[in-house]
Amino acid sequence: MQGYLVFVGKRLLQLLAVIFFGVSATFLVTHLSPISPVEAALGRMTARSVSNPEAIVAMRAALTELYGVEEPIITQYINFWARLVRGDFGPSLLAFPTPAMTLVMRALPWTVTLLTLATLITFVIGNVMGGLAGYSQNNRFLKAFGLVAIGIQPIPYYVVAFIMLIVFGFLWPVLPISGGFAMDVSPGFNWPYISSVIQHATLPALSLVLVGFGGWFLGMRALVSNIVTEDYVTYAELAGVKRSTIVTGYVMRNALVPQLTALAMALGGVFSGTVITEQVFNYPGLGSLLIDAVNAGDYSLVLAVSSVSVTAVAIAIFIVDLLYPILDPRVRAE
Amino acid sequence: MFAVFRDLIRYNIEFAIGLILVGAVVIFACLSFFSPVDPSLIYMTIPDQPPSAQYWFGTNSRGQDMFWQLSAAMRNSLTFGLTVAVLSRIISIAVGLTAGYVGGWVDRVLMFINDIFVAIPIFPVLVLFYFVLRNNMDSLTLALIMACFGWPFDARLIRSVALGLKHREFTRHAVFAGMSTRKVLLEEHLPYVMPIVFATFMNNMLWSIGLEVTLAVLGFTNINNPTIGTSLYWANSHSAMVVGVWWWIAIPVAMIVITFIGLFLLAMSMNEYIDPRSRLRRMGA
Repeated sequence: MQGYLVFVGKRLLQLLAVIFFGVSATFLVTHLSPISPVEAALGRMTARSVSNPEAIVAMRAALTELYGVEEPIITQYINFWARLVRGDFGPSLLAFPTPAMTLVMRALPWTVTLLTLATLITFVIGNVMGGLAGYSQNNRFLKAFGLVAIGIQPIPYYVVAFIMLIVFGFLWPVLPISGGFAMDVSPGFNWPYISSVIQHATLPALSLVLVGFGGWFLGMRALVSNIVTEDYVTYAELAGVKRSTIVTGYVMRNALVPQLTALAMALGGVFSGTVITEQVFNYPGLGSLLIDAVNAGDYSLVLAVSSVSVTAVAIAIFIVDLLYPILDPRVRAE
Repeated sequence: MFAVFRDLIRYNIEFAIGLILVGAVVIFACLSFFSPVDPSLIYMTIPDQPPSAQYWFGTNSRGQDMFWQLSAAMRNSLTFGLTVAVLSRIISIAVGLTAGYVGGWVDRVLMFINDIFVAIPIFPVLVLFYFVLRNNMDSLTLALIMACFGWPFDARLIRSVALGLKHREFTRHAVFAGMSTRKVLLEEHLPYVMPIVFATFMNNMLWSIGLEVTLAVLGFTNINNPTIGTSLYWANSHSAMVVGVWWWIAIPVAMIVITFIGLFLLAMSMNEYIDPRSRLRRMGA
């Protein structure tokens, strides 16, 4: 037990470091850039209309105060952290004067649900099928499955999502292709709303699963096909251990240890995929919010979404890491 | 080197297919050197012509011949992928070999930084850079930024090999013979990690071209620079699918798929080649 606590402690330290450096990086990128957020926002606001000069001067003063950019960078950095701890990123420009954090918190549950469900389905399907394919290498069906995996796996998220959009929205329109739920249902705990949410999530989740499962399948197949040649597997087979016990308890369990590490390492990439999927299917999550914010030139909202997504991914990785000792008793014992 | 190549083609059907696919794409990209039109110009031909004998890939709504347009786009995308892969390989070799060989606190610090880079989701960061740089973001800047994020996985892999090399006899001999650390790493250890470097090179290209396509499709790169991603961006912004100019979308998508499957097959078969057990199984031993 003590070994486990040390392990958790180390990981916790790493989690804090990742959040600290990641959020600091988002701050530095935005504040060390030669382009002033005030001028950028002003340029955007005055691009399509003629404003009188006094109004522009007043707007510039207001924006400078809002972003606090005339202070030295160190002070800005300390202020940034002081406000961030309270979850305050300032008002958004996209939906002025709603605080940026409110918008982020409204979008976060959508992304987290989609990401968690898609990742779980992908991980389970990919690893179970991959494990079986590695164990019984002459199975025709599993071989064909492997070919499909090789074919789909390398294609970028965007292209897969886009093809699905065309197939299910254009050629064979059976599923809703845009939004988080239908317009005519009221959000709450009632069946029409829930079924609408599930229907709307199907395509985004399906596209994430399609792109993701191949990696797990191929990884697991390679791992298992190496493990089955180990002596202890042959020994167990000779000793008459049930085949199902060998596959699940002896082979797959050992292969899952590196796969779980890979899951922790892949989460950042999966999140990137979710962002794109959300944009393609117009899903009301963090990704759509980030892209809207960039297009609207909303400085505070972009900072808020980036910081929150860095933090969220870091926490997700931390949670996956905590599962690690359950599979690998050596981590517990140390 | 040639023997390795020959064996790979003979015994590994995936490698052969991958080589053919990538080769075709590279030849197509190289045709752009003989392009009769400047790919950045618009309204040079009749718009919206379907594929025909005159326009092999049709023309788009911006009056560009898709054949030459995509050829230039493919060249830019591949160059981009190569740049990111080369730069990030340099970082990962430097970090991986140093961490593995020197060990101690240097190793711990480098791997700590490594883990931070692994955990940071790259896409929001890239969008952030675009948000800040806007039109100053050209493909070289983007390549530099992505190279800074593309090394940690492979650095860890290289480190694990370097850890094993450190305790081999020849390393000790080299050290006793008075070789400097830099020389040991570059002359003695580097050749051993080269197969990994090649295999991860392909994977890195896949990753970087894929991200570039994604960013470009959203309009978050320099959209006037023809790449596969910006071709799709323009097709979307002219609603090509709704108007019925399907070749504007279908051909670039088919090309991405061919490139990606080709590169992926190469990377996969090289990975398998590195592992002697699976190599022997394939050769029927």
